[in-house]
Amino acid sequence: MKPRIEVVGIDSLMLRLFEEIDEANMPWLLAAAQRLRDAFGAALIDLVPSYTTVLVHYDLAQLDDTEARKRIADALHELQPDASGQARELNIPVWYDPSVGPELESLGQRSGLGLSGVIERHSAHVYQVFALGFAPGFAFMGLVDECLASPRLQTPRKRVPAGSLGIADRQTAIYPLVSPGGWNLIGRSPTCLFDRNLDGYSIWQPGDRVRFQPIDHAEFIRLGGDDSPFEVTP
Amino acid sequence: MSLLIERSGALASLQDGGRFGVRHLGVTQGGAADWLSQGWANWLLGNPLHAATVEITLGNFTVLAEADSCLAVCGADLGATLDGHPIAPGRSFIVRKGQQLVFNTPVKGVRAYLAAPGGFVAPQLLDSCATVRRESLGGLKGDGQPLAVGDRLSWDGEVAAPRELTSETCSALFSDTPLTVVLGAQIGDFSGQSLFDVFNCTWTIDQRADRMGIRLLGPVLRNSTRSMISEAVPLGAIQVPPDGQPIVLLNDRQTIGGYPRLGALTPLAVARLAQCKPGADVQLKPVALEVAQREHRKLLGNWQLGL
Repeated sequence: MKPRIEVVGIDSLMLRLFEEIDEANMPWLLAAAQRLRDAFGAALIDLVPSYTTVLVHYDLAQLDDTEARKRIADALHELQPDASGQARELNIPVWYDPSVGPELESLGQRSGLGLSGVIERHSAHVYQVFALGFAPGFAFMGLVDECLASPRLQTPRKRVPAGSLGIADRQTAIYPLVSPGGWNLIGRSPTCLFDRNLDGYSIWQPGDRVRFQPIDHAEFIRLGGDDSPFEVTP
Repeated sequence: MSLLIERSGALASLQDGGRFGVRHLGVTQGGAADWLSQGWANWLLGNPLHAATVEITLGNFTVLAEADSCLAVCGADLGATLDGHPIAPGRSFIVRKGQQLVFNTPVKGVRAYLAAPGGFVAPQLLDSCATVRRESLGGLKGDGQPLAVGDRLSWDGEVAAPRELTSETCSALFSDTPLTVVLGAQIGDFSGQSLFDVFNCTWTIDQRADRMGIRLLGPVLRNSTRSMISEAVPLGAIQVPPDGQPIVLLNDRQTIGGYPRLGALTPLAVARLAQCKPGADVQLKPVALEVAQREHRKLLGNWQLGL
Protein backbone atom coordinates (compact mmCIF):
# COMPACT_ATOMS: atom_id res chain seq x y z
CA MET A 1 0.00 0.00 0.00
CA LYS A 2 1.43 3.33 -1.10
CA PRO A 3 -1.06 6.05 -0.17
CA ARG A 4 -1.29 9.05 -2.47
CA ILE A 5 -3.03 12.34 -1.83
CA GLU A 6 -4.55 13.91 -4.95
CA VAL A 7 -6.29 17.21 -5.60
CA VAL A 8 -9.85 16.74 -6.86
CA GLY A 9 -11.34 20.16 -6.20
CA ILE A 10 -10.93 23.42 -4.35
CA ASP A 11 -11.84 21.89 -0.98
CA SER A 12 -11.51 18.15 -1.59
CA LEU A 13 -8.57 15.76 -1.52
CA MET A 14 -8.60 12.14 -2.64
CA LEU A 15 -6.70 9.66 -0.54
CA ARG A 16 -5.79 6.79 -2.86
CA LEU A 17 -4.80 3.69 -0.92
CA PHE A 18 -5.06 0.90 -3.51
CA GLU A 19 -5.01 0.38 -7.27
CA GLU A 20 -7.27 -2.67 -7.55
CA ILE A 21 -10.62 -3.77 -6.14
CA ASP A 22 -10.06 -6.28 -3.35
CA GLU A 23 -12.17 -7.37 -0.39
CA ALA A 24 -9.04 -7.05 1.74
CA ASN A 25 -8.99 -3.28 1.07
CA MET A 26 -11.99 -2.54 3.22
CA PRO A 27 -10.48 -2.96 6.72
CA TRP A 28 -7.75 -0.51 5.68
CA LEU A 29 -10.19 1.97 4.20
CA LEU A 30 -12.36 1.80 7.32
CA ALA A 31 -9.37 2.37 9.56
CA ALA A 32 -8.27 5.31 7.44
CA ALA A 33 -11.79 6.76 7.45
CA GLN A 34 -11.95 6.61 11.25
CA ARG A 35 -8.54 8.26 11.63
CA LEU A 36 -9.50 10.97 9.14
CA ARG A 37 -12.77 11.69 10.96
CA ASP A 38 -10.81 12.17 14.17
CA ALA A 39 -8.08 14.24 12.51
CA PHE A 40 -10.45 16.65 10.77
CA GLY A 41 -13.12 16.92 13.45
CA ALA A 42 -15.42 19.87 12.87
CA ALA A 43 -13.48 20.86 9.74
CA LEU A 44 -14.76 17.76 7.96
CA ILE A 45 -17.73 18.24 5.64
CA ASP A 46 -17.91 14.79 4.05
CA LEU A 47 -15.86 11.62 3.98
CA VAL A 48 -16.62 9.18 1.20
CA PRO A 49 -14.92 5.79 0.98
CA SER A 50 -15.15 3.84 -2.27
CA TYR A 51 -13.29 0.62 -3.26
CA THR A 52 -9.75 2.00 -3.24
CA THR A 53 -10.12 5.63 -2.15
CA VAL A 54 -11.43 7.98 0.51
CA LEU A 55 -12.58 11.45 -0.51
CA VAL A 56 -11.99 14.11 2.13
CA HIS A 57 -14.19 17.18 1.70
CA TYR A 58 -13.04 19.77 4.21
CA ASP A 59 -14.24 23.21 5.26
CA LEU A 60 -12.24 25.82 3.41
CA ALA A 61 -13.22 28.41 5.98
CA GLN A 62 -11.22 26.45 8.57
CA LEU A 63 -8.37 24.79 6.65
CA ASP A 64 -6.28 25.34 3.56
CA ASP A 65 -4.69 22.73 1.31
CA THR A 66 -1.42 22.61 3.24
CA GLU A 67 -3.11 22.04 6.59
CA ALA A 68 -5.54 19.48 5.10
CA ARG A 69 -2.65 17.48 3.61
CA LYS A 70 -0.82 17.59 6.90
CA ARG A 71 -3.85 16.23 8.75
CA ILE A 72 -4.23 13.40 6.26
CA ALA A 73 -0.56 12.49 6.53
CA ASP A 74 -0.78 12.52 10.33
CA ALA A 75 -3.93 10.40 10.25
CA LEU A 76 -2.19 7.74 8.19
CA HIS A 77 0.79 7.45 10.50
CA GLU A 78 1.28 3.76 11.40
CA LEU A 79 -2.17 2.91 10.12
CA GLN A 80 -3.40 -0.56 10.99
CA PRO A 81 -6.36 -2.28 9.35
CA ASP A 82 -9.58 -2.23 11.31
CA ALA A 83 -9.80 -5.86 12.38
CA SER A 84 -12.13 -5.51 15.33
CA GLY A 85 -14.67 -3.88 13.14
CA GLN A 86 -16.93 -0.97 13.19
CA ALA A 87 -17.98 -3.20 10.31
CA ARG A 88 -21.17 -5.06 11.01
CA GLU A 89 -22.39 -8.29 9.50
CA LEU A 90 -25.90 -8.15 8.08
CA ASN A 91 -28.24 -10.91 7.02
CA ILE A 92 -30.47 -9.88 4.15
CA PRO A 93 -33.36 -12.18 3.21
CA VAL A 94 -33.83 -12.70 -0.53
CA TRP A 95 -36.52 -14.51 -2.47
CA TYR A 96 -34.57 -15.84 -5.45
CA ASP A 97 -37.21 -16.51 -8.07
CA PRO A 98 -37.57 -16.03 -11.85
CA SER A 99 -40.81 -14.06 -11.40
CA VAL A 100 -38.91 -11.28 -9.63
CA GLY A 101 -35.47 -12.10 -11.00
CA PRO A 102 -35.79 -12.23 -14.79
CA GLU A 103 -32.11 -13.11 -15.36
CA LEU A 104 -32.02 -15.96 -12.84
CA GLU A 105 -32.79 -18.74 -15.32
CA SER A 106 -30.45 -17.55 -18.06
CA LEU A 107 -27.67 -17.21 -15.51
CA GLY A 108 -28.37 -20.76 -14.34
CA GLN A 109 -28.00 -22.02 -17.90
CA ARG A 110 -24.98 -19.96 -18.82
CA SER A 111 -23.05 -20.85 -15.66
CA GLY A 112 -24.08 -24.51 -15.87
CA LEU A 113 -25.05 -24.32 -12.21
CA GLY A 114 -28.80 -24.44 -12.76
CA LEU A 115 -31.25 -22.36 -10.82
CA SER A 116 -30.56 -23.85 -7.40
CA GLY A 117 -26.83 -23.81 -8.06
CA VAL A 118 -26.88 -20.07 -8.72
CA ILE A 119 -28.86 -19.44 -5.54
CA GLU A 120 -26.51 -21.60 -3.52
CA ARG A 121 -23.39 -19.98 -4.93
CA HIS A 122 -24.66 -16.41 -4.63
CA SER A 123 -25.83 -16.83 -1.04
CA ALA A 124 -22.76 -18.73 0.14
CA HIS A 125 -20.41 -15.76 0.11
CA VAL A 126 -20.11 -13.02 2.70
CA TYR A 127 -19.87 -9.83 0.65
CA GLN A 128 -18.12 -6.58 1.43
CA VAL A 129 -19.92 -3.27 0.97
CA PHE A 130 -17.36 -1.36 -1.12
CA ALA A 131 -19.27 1.88 -1.55
CA LEU A 132 -22.72 3.44 -1.54
CA GLY A 133 -23.69 5.43 -4.58
CA PHE A 134 -25.91 5.64 -7.67
CA ALA A 135 -28.84 6.23 -5.30
CA PRO A 136 -29.28 6.60 -1.52
CA GLY A 137 -28.62 3.23 0.13
CA PHE A 138 -27.48 1.54 -3.11
CA ALA A 139 -24.57 -0.60 -1.87
CA PHE A 140 -21.98 -1.92 -4.31
CA MET A 141 -20.99 -5.32 -2.91
CA GLY A 142 -18.54 -7.99 -3.99
CA LEU A 143 -16.94 -9.96 -5.06
CA VAL A 144 -19.35 -12.31 -6.77
CA ASP A 145 -18.04 -15.77 -7.70
CA GLU A 146 -16.46 -15.60 -11.17
CA CYS A 147 -18.89 -18.10 -12.64
CA LEU A 148 -21.79 -15.76 -11.74
CA ALA A 149 -20.17 -12.64 -13.16
CA SER A 150 -22.45 -11.07 -15.79
CA PRO A 151 -22.05 -7.95 -17.89
CA ARG A 152 -24.66 -5.22 -17.52
CA LEU A 153 -27.72 -5.41 -19.78
CA GLN A 154 -27.21 -3.83 -23.20
CA THR A 155 -30.26 -1.66 -22.62
CA PRO A 156 -30.97 -0.66 -19.02
CA ARG A 157 -34.53 -1.15 -17.79
CA LYS A 158 -36.51 2.03 -17.31
CA ARG A 159 -38.03 0.75 -14.11
CA VAL A 160 -36.51 -1.71 -11.66
CA PRO A 161 -38.72 -2.45 -8.61
CA ALA A 162 -37.45 -1.62 -5.13
CA GLY A 163 -35.73 -4.56 -3.46
CA SER A 164 -34.46 -6.10 -6.71
CA LEU A 165 -31.19 -7.98 -6.29
CA GLY A 166 -28.82 -7.74 -9.22
CA ILE A 167 -25.39 -8.69 -10.51
CA ALA A 168 -23.10 -6.59 -12.68
CA ASP A 169 -19.69 -8.04 -13.48
CA ARG A 170 -18.42 -9.31 -10.14
CA GLN A 171 -20.57 -6.99 -8.08
CA THR A 172 -23.95 -7.42 -6.53
CA ALA A 173 -26.45 -4.88 -5.19
CA ILE A 174 -30.06 -4.31 -4.25
CA TYR A 175 -32.02 -1.36 -5.65
CA PRO A 176 -33.33 0.44 -2.54
CA LEU A 177 -35.91 2.46 -4.46
CA VAL A 178 -37.64 2.10 -7.80
CA SER A 179 -35.20 3.36 -10.41
CA PRO A 180 -33.83 2.72 -13.87
CA GLY A 181 -31.14 0.05 -13.90
CA GLY A 182 -29.03 -2.24 -16.05
CA TRP A 183 -28.05 -4.99 -13.63
CA ASN A 184 -28.97 -8.67 -14.08
CA LEU A 185 -31.81 -9.34 -11.66
CA ILE A 186 -31.96 -12.63 -9.79
CA GLY A 187 -34.29 -12.05 -6.85
CA ARG A 188 -35.97 -9.59 -4.54
CA SER A 189 -35.53 -8.68 -0.88
CA PRO A 190 -38.38 -7.58 1.40
CA THR A 191 -35.96 -5.57 3.55
CA CYS A 192 -36.23 -1.80 3.59
CA LEU A 193 -32.72 -0.53 2.88
CA PHE A 194 -33.06 3.23 2.94
CA ASP A 195 -35.84 5.12 4.60
CA ARG A 196 -36.20 8.23 6.67
CA ASN A 197 -37.76 6.07 9.42
CA LEU A 198 -34.65 3.91 9.70
CA ASP A 199 -32.12 4.90 12.31
CA GLY A 200 -29.37 6.56 10.30
CA TYR A 201 -31.53 6.24 7.14
CA SER A 202 -29.42 3.47 5.61
CA ILE A 203 -29.17 -0.08 6.94
CA TRP A 204 -25.59 -0.37 5.73
CA GLN A 205 -22.39 1.56 5.30
CA PRO A 206 -19.15 1.01 3.41
CA GLY A 207 -17.16 -1.78 5.02
CA ASP A 208 -20.15 -3.74 6.32
CA ARG A 209 -20.31 -7.46 5.52
CA VAL A 210 -23.44 -8.89 4.01
CA ARG A 211 -24.84 -12.38 3.69
CA PHE A 212 -27.92 -13.09 1.59
CA GLN A 213 -30.30 -15.56 3.10
CA PRO A 214 -32.56 -17.41 0.63
CA ILE A 215 -36.22 -17.38 1.69
CA ASP A 216 -39.34 -18.83 0.11
CA HIS A 217 -42.36 -16.99 -1.17
CA ALA A 218 -44.37 -17.37 2.04
CA GLU A 219 -41.54 -15.92 4.13
CA PHE A 220 -41.04 -13.12 1.59
CA ILE A 221 -44.69 -12.13 1.96
CA ARG A 222 -44.60 -12.52 5.73
CA LEU A 223 -41.68 -10.06 5.82
CA GLY A 224 -43.71 -7.54 3.86
CA GLY A 225 -42.28 -8.17 0.38
CA ASP A 226 -44.10 -7.07 -2.75
CA ASP A 227 -44.31 -10.04 -5.14
CA SER A 228 -45.76 -8.19 -8.15
CA PRO A 229 -44.32 -10.05 -11.11
CA PHE A 230 -41.72 -8.36 -13.18
CA GLU A 231 -42.89 -6.32 -16.13
CA VAL A 232 -41.44 -8.09 -19.13
CA THR A 233 -41.19 -5.05 -21.37
CA PRO A 234 -38.29 -2.90 -20.26
CA MET B 1 -47.06 34.30 7.11
CA SER B 2 -47.39 32.56 3.83
CA LEU B 3 -47.39 32.60 0.05
CA LEU B 4 -49.88 30.52 -1.92
CA ILE B 5 -48.47 29.04 -5.10
CA GLU B 6 -50.81 29.83 -7.98
CA ARG B 7 -48.66 28.65 -10.87
CA SER B 8 -45.61 26.41 -11.00
CA GLY B 9 -43.81 24.46 -13.71
CA ALA B 10 -41.87 21.46 -12.45
CA LEU B 11 -38.76 23.61 -12.06
CA ALA B 12 -39.34 25.48 -8.82
CA SER B 13 -38.08 23.79 -5.69
CA LEU B 14 -37.21 24.51 -2.11
CA GLN B 15 -33.44 24.59 -1.63
CA ASP B 16 -31.15 25.41 1.26
CA GLY B 17 -27.37 24.95 1.44
CA GLY B 18 -27.68 21.19 0.87
CA ARG B 19 -27.07 17.91 2.72
CA PHE B 20 -23.68 17.16 4.19
CA GLY B 21 -22.11 14.35 6.18
CA VAL B 22 -24.22 11.77 4.33
CA ARG B 23 -22.42 11.35 1.01
CA HIS B 24 -21.06 7.96 2.16
CA LEU B 25 -24.68 6.72 2.22
CA GLY B 26 -25.09 7.58 -1.45
CA VAL B 27 -27.12 10.69 -0.61
CA THR B 28 -26.32 13.61 -2.88
CA GLN B 29 -25.64 17.17 -1.83
CA GLY B 30 -28.62 19.02 -3.29
CA GLY B 31 -29.05 22.68 -2.35
CA ALA B 32 -29.00 25.86 -4.42
CA ALA B 33 -27.18 25.39 -7.72
CA ASP B 34 -26.22 29.08 -7.63
CA TRP B 35 -25.18 29.18 -3.97
CA LEU B 36 -23.96 32.75 -4.33
CA SER B 37 -27.30 34.21 -5.37
CA GLN B 38 -29.06 32.20 -2.67
CA GLY B 39 -26.61 33.62 -0.14
CA TRP B 40 -27.26 37.17 -1.29
CA ALA B 41 -31.04 36.66 -1.30
CA ASN B 42 -30.79 35.59 2.33
CA TRP B 43 -28.34 38.36 3.15
CA LEU B 44 -30.82 40.96 1.92
CA LEU B 45 -33.19 39.85 4.68
CA GLY B 46 -30.57 39.30 7.36
CA ASN B 47 -31.14 35.52 7.21
CA PRO B 48 -28.59 32.79 7.75
CA LEU B 49 -26.94 32.50 4.31
CA HIS B 50 -28.13 28.95 3.72
CA ALA B 51 -31.72 29.45 4.89
CA ALA B 52 -34.33 27.74 2.73
CA THR B 53 -35.18 29.66 -0.44
CA VAL B 54 -37.19 28.87 -3.55
CA GLU B 55 -35.02 28.11 -6.56
CA ILE B 56 -37.05 29.20 -9.59
CA THR B 57 -35.65 27.92 -12.86
CA LEU B 58 -36.71 29.64 -16.10
CA GLY B 59 -39.80 31.30 -14.59
CA ASN B 60 -43.41 30.12 -14.92
CA PHE B 61 -43.99 30.64 -11.21
CA THR B 62 -46.61 32.76 -9.44
CA VAL B 63 -47.33 33.26 -5.75
CA LEU B 64 -50.04 35.17 -3.91
CA ALA B 65 -49.10 36.95 -0.66
CA GLU B 66 -51.41 35.95 2.18
CA ALA B 67 -49.96 38.52 4.59
CA ASP B 68 -47.92 41.73 4.59
CA SER B 69 -44.20 41.00 4.70
CA CYS B 70 -40.83 41.60 3.12
CA LEU B 71 -39.24 39.29 0.52
CA ALA B 72 -36.04 39.29 -1.53
CA VAL B 73 -35.04 38.04 -4.98
CA CYS B 74 -31.52 37.41 -6.27
CA GLY B 75 -29.84 35.67 -9.16
CA ALA B 76 -31.47 35.46 -12.57
CA ASP B 77 -33.71 38.19 -13.90
CA LEU B 78 -36.84 36.23 -14.77
CA GLY B 79 -38.88 39.33 -15.55
CA ALA B 80 -40.45 39.27 -12.09
CA THR B 81 -43.34 41.59 -11.29
CA LEU B 82 -45.31 42.43 -8.15
CA ASP B 83 -48.84 43.31 -9.18
CA GLY B 84 -47.42 44.25 -12.55
CA HIS B 85 -44.55 46.40 -11.26
CA PRO B 86 -41.07 45.11 -12.16
CA ILE B 87 -38.99 43.60 -9.35
CA ALA B 88 -35.30 43.64 -10.24
CA PRO B 89 -33.12 40.98 -8.61
CA GLY B 90 -30.78 42.17 -5.86
CA ARG B 91 -33.13 43.88 -3.42
CA SER B 92 -35.63 43.20 -0.69
CA PHE B 93 -39.15 44.58 -1.10
CA ILE B 94 -42.41 44.95 0.80
CA VAL B 95 -45.35 42.81 -0.23
CA ARG B 96 -48.94 43.43 0.86
CA LYS B 97 -51.56 40.82 1.47
CA GLY B 98 -53.30 39.98 -1.80
CA GLN B 99 -50.43 41.02 -4.04
CA GLN B 100 -49.25 38.68 -6.76
CA LEU B 101 -45.57 38.00 -7.40
CA VAL B 102 -44.95 36.60 -10.87
CA PHE B 103 -41.78 35.12 -12.37
CA ASN B 104 -42.19 35.13 -16.14
CA THR B 105 -39.40 34.14 -18.51
CA PRO B 106 -35.61 34.50 -18.44
CA VAL B 107 -34.25 37.95 -19.23
CA LYS B 108 -30.77 37.25 -17.84
CA GLY B 109 -29.64 33.98 -16.24
CA VAL B 110 -31.90 31.01 -15.51
CA ARG B 111 -32.18 30.56 -11.72
CA ALA B 112 -33.75 33.10 -9.38
CA TYR B 113 -33.82 32.74 -5.60
CA LEU B 114 -36.79 33.93 -3.57
CA ALA B 115 -36.15 34.42 0.14
CA ALA B 116 -38.43 35.21 3.07
CA PRO B 117 -37.61 36.45 6.60
CA GLY B 118 -35.91 33.64 8.53
CA GLY B 119 -36.19 31.28 5.57
CA PHE B 120 -39.09 29.12 4.40
CA VAL B 121 -40.28 26.47 6.82
CA ALA B 122 -39.95 22.83 5.73
CA PRO B 123 -39.23 19.44 7.30
CA GLN B 124 -35.56 18.70 7.85
CA LEU B 125 -34.41 15.40 6.38
CA LEU B 126 -30.79 14.58 7.13
CA ASP B 127 -30.48 18.16 8.41
CA SER B 128 -31.69 19.78 5.22
CA CYS B 129 -34.84 20.59 3.29
CA ALA B 130 -33.04 20.55 -0.08
CA THR B 131 -35.35 19.07 -2.71
CA VAL B 132 -33.85 16.14 -4.62
CA ARG B 133 -36.53 14.55 -6.73
CA ARG B 134 -34.44 11.55 -7.76
CA GLU B 135 -33.91 10.65 -4.11
CA SER B 136 -37.44 11.44 -2.89
CA LEU B 137 -35.89 13.70 -0.27
CA GLY B 138 -36.64 17.24 0.81
CA GLY B 139 -39.10 19.94 -0.20
CA LEU B 140 -42.28 21.09 1.52
CA LYS B 141 -43.50 17.59 2.31
CA GLY B 142 -40.10 15.95 2.57
CA ASP B 143 -40.79 13.64 -0.38
CA GLY B 144 -38.58 15.34 -2.95
CA GLN B 145 -41.41 16.82 -4.99
CA PRO B 146 -41.00 20.24 -6.59
CA LEU B 147 -43.35 23.06 -5.59
CA ALA B 148 -46.84 22.68 -6.98
CA VAL B 149 -49.96 24.79 -7.42
CA GLY B 150 -51.83 25.00 -4.13
CA ASP B 151 -48.74 24.53 -1.95
CA ARG B 152 -48.20 27.10 0.81
CA LEU B 153 -44.77 28.52 1.56
CA SER B 154 -44.58 29.81 5.11
CA TRP B 155 -42.01 31.55 7.31
CA ASP B 156 -41.90 33.01 10.76
CA GLY B 157 -38.85 35.31 10.85
CA GLU B 158 -38.77 39.01 11.68
CA VAL B 159 -38.88 41.54 8.88
CA ALA B 160 -35.53 43.36 8.61
CA ALA B 161 -34.74 46.81 7.22
CA PRO B 162 -34.74 46.84 3.40
CA ARG B 163 -31.39 46.18 1.72
CA GLU B 164 -30.15 46.45 -1.81
CA LEU B 165 -27.11 45.09 -3.62
CA THR B 166 -24.96 47.22 -5.88
CA SER B 167 -25.38 46.59 -9.58
CA GLU B 168 -21.73 45.43 -9.72
CA THR B 169 -22.45 42.67 -7.20
CA CYS B 170 -25.55 41.62 -9.11
CA SER B 171 -23.83 41.53 -12.48
CA ALA B 172 -20.60 39.85 -11.28
CA LEU B 173 -22.28 36.50 -11.80
CA PHE B 174 -22.96 37.24 -15.44
CA SER B 175 -19.50 38.32 -16.56
CA ASP B 176 -18.13 36.61 -19.66
CA THR B 177 -14.70 35.88 -18.18
CA PRO B 178 -13.64 32.20 -18.36
CA LEU B 179 -14.85 29.75 -15.70
CA THR B 180 -11.96 28.81 -13.43
CA VAL B 181 -10.94 25.17 -13.01
CA VAL B 182 -8.84 23.56 -10.29
CA LEU B 183 -6.90 20.86 -12.14
CA GLY B 184 -7.30 17.32 -10.90
CA ALA B 185 -4.75 14.55 -10.58
CA GLN B 186 -5.93 12.80 -13.77
CA ILE B 187 -5.20 15.82 -15.94
CA GLY B 188 -2.00 14.14 -17.15
CA ASP B 189 -4.02 11.30 -18.67
CA PHE B 190 -5.49 13.65 -21.30
CA SER B 191 -3.71 14.10 -24.59
CA GLY B 192 -1.72 17.27 -25.21
CA GLN B 193 -4.11 18.33 -27.96
CA SER B 194 -7.09 17.81 -25.63
CA LEU B 195 -5.49 19.89 -22.90
CA PHE B 196 -4.90 22.65 -25.41
CA ASP B 197 -8.49 22.42 -26.62
CA VAL B 198 -10.01 22.44 -23.13
CA PHE B 199 -8.59 25.84 -22.32
CA ASN B 200 -8.48 27.45 -25.75
CA CYS B 201 -11.74 26.47 -27.37
CA THR B 202 -15.23 27.74 -26.70
CA TRP B 203 -17.68 25.32 -25.08
CA THR B 204 -21.40 25.41 -25.74
CA ILE B 205 -23.93 24.55 -23.05
CA ASP B 206 -25.91 21.53 -24.22
CA GLN B 207 -29.68 21.09 -23.91
CA ARG B 208 -28.91 18.23 -21.53
CA ALA B 209 -28.49 20.46 -18.52
CA ASP B 210 -30.17 19.98 -15.17
CA ARG B 211 -29.39 19.97 -11.48
CA MET B 212 -27.35 16.75 -11.84
CA GLY B 213 -24.99 18.11 -14.42
CA ILE B 214 -24.39 20.27 -17.45
CA ARG B 215 -22.92 18.89 -20.66
CA LEU B 216 -20.49 21.00 -22.65
CA LEU B 217 -20.21 20.62 -26.40
CA GLY B 218 -16.95 21.25 -28.22
CA PRO B 219 -13.89 19.41 -29.50
CA VAL B 220 -13.69 15.74 -28.54
CA LEU B 221 -11.36 15.23 -25.56
CA ARG B 222 -9.23 12.10 -25.42
CA ASN B 223 -7.46 10.48 -22.52
CA SER B 224 -5.47 7.35 -21.86
CA THR B 225 -7.34 6.19 -18.75
CA ARG B 226 -8.24 2.55 -19.46
CA SER B 227 -10.97 1.88 -16.95
CA MET B 228 -11.47 3.66 -13.70
CA ILE B 229 -12.65 2.27 -10.40
CA SER B 230 -15.58 4.38 -9.22
CA GLU B 231 -14.76 6.98 -6.62
CA ALA B 232 -16.43 9.94 -4.95
CA VAL B 233 -16.84 13.04 -7.10
CA PRO B 234 -16.89 16.63 -5.81
CA LEU B 235 -19.20 19.48 -6.77
CA GLY B 236 -18.18 21.04 -10.08
CA ALA B 237 -16.16 18.00 -11.17
CA ILE B 238 -15.60 17.97 -14.93
CA GLN B 239 -15.86 14.36 -16.01
CA VAL B 240 -15.22 13.15 -19.50
CA PRO B 241 -17.17 10.08 -20.62
CA PRO B 242 -16.03 8.02 -23.62
CA ASP B 243 -17.75 10.37 -26.11
CA GLY B 244 -15.18 13.01 -25.16
CA GLN B 245 -17.73 15.69 -24.27
CA PRO B 246 -17.28 16.95 -20.71
CA ILE B 247 -20.04 17.00 -18.11
CA VAL B 248 -19.83 19.39 -15.17
CA LEU B 249 -21.39 17.72 -12.14
CA LEU B 250 -23.72 19.86 -10.06
CA ASN B 251 -25.57 19.60 -6.76
CA ASP B 252 -27.78 16.59 -7.53
CA ARG B 253 -24.99 14.50 -9.09
CA GLN B 254 -24.50 10.84 -8.28
CA THR B 255 -22.10 10.62 -5.37
CA ILE B 256 -19.56 8.32 -7.03
CA GLY B 257 -18.48 8.05 -10.62
CA GLY B 258 -16.05 6.22 -12.84
CA TYR B 259 -15.14 8.65 -15.60
CA PRO B 260 -11.80 10.45 -15.77
CA ARG B 261 -11.92 14.09 -14.69
CA LEU B 262 -10.11 17.21 -15.79
CA GLY B 263 -10.60 18.75 -12.37
CA ALA B 264 -13.39 20.75 -10.82
CA LEU B 265 -14.81 24.22 -11.32
CA THR B 266 -14.31 26.65 -8.46
CA PRO B 267 -17.48 27.37 -6.43
CA LEU B 268 -17.90 30.76 -8.12
CA ALA B 269 -17.60 29.12 -11.54
CA VAL B 270 -20.24 26.55 -10.51
CA ALA B 271 -22.63 29.36 -9.56
CA ARG B 272 -21.96 31.15 -12.84
CA LEU B 273 -22.42 27.99 -14.90
CA ALA B 274 -25.70 27.31 -13.11
CA GLN B 275 -26.96 30.59 -14.59
CA CYS B 276 -26.06 29.69 -18.19
CA LYS B 277 -28.75 28.89 -20.75
CA PRO B 278 -28.44 25.98 -23.16
CA GLY B 279 -26.76 27.33 -26.28
CA ALA B 280 -24.62 29.81 -24.36
CA ASP B 281 -20.85 29.74 -24.83
CA VAL B 282 -18.33 29.49 -22.01
CA GLN B 283 -14.58 29.22 -21.75
CA LEU B 284 -12.49 27.42 -19.17
CA LYS B 285 -9.29 28.60 -17.49
CA PRO B 286 -7.01 26.73 -15.09
CA VAL B 287 -6.33 28.35 -11.73
CA ALA B 288 -3.70 27.41 -9.14
CA LEU B 289 -5.23 25.79 -6.08
CA GLU B 290 -3.70 28.32 -3.67
CA VAL B 291 -5.06 31.21 -5.73
CA ALA B 292 -8.49 29.58 -5.98
CA GLN B 293 -8.65 29.03 -2.21
CA ARG B 294 -7.58 32.61 -1.51
CA GLU B 295 -10.11 34.04 -3.96
CA HIS B 296 -12.90 31.90 -2.56
CA ARG B 297 -12.17 33.03 1.00
CA LYS B 298 -12.24 36.62 -0.22
CA LEU B 299 -15.60 35.98 -1.83
CA LEU B 300 -16.98 34.52 1.41
CA GLY B 301 -15.62 37.57 3.23
CA ASN B 302 -17.95 39.76 1.15
CA TRP B 303 -20.92 38.49 3.14
CA GLN B 304 -19.51 40.27 6.18
CA LEU B 305 -18.76 43.42 4.24
CA GLY B 306 -22.11 43.36 2.49
CA LEU B 307 -20.56 44.20 -0.87
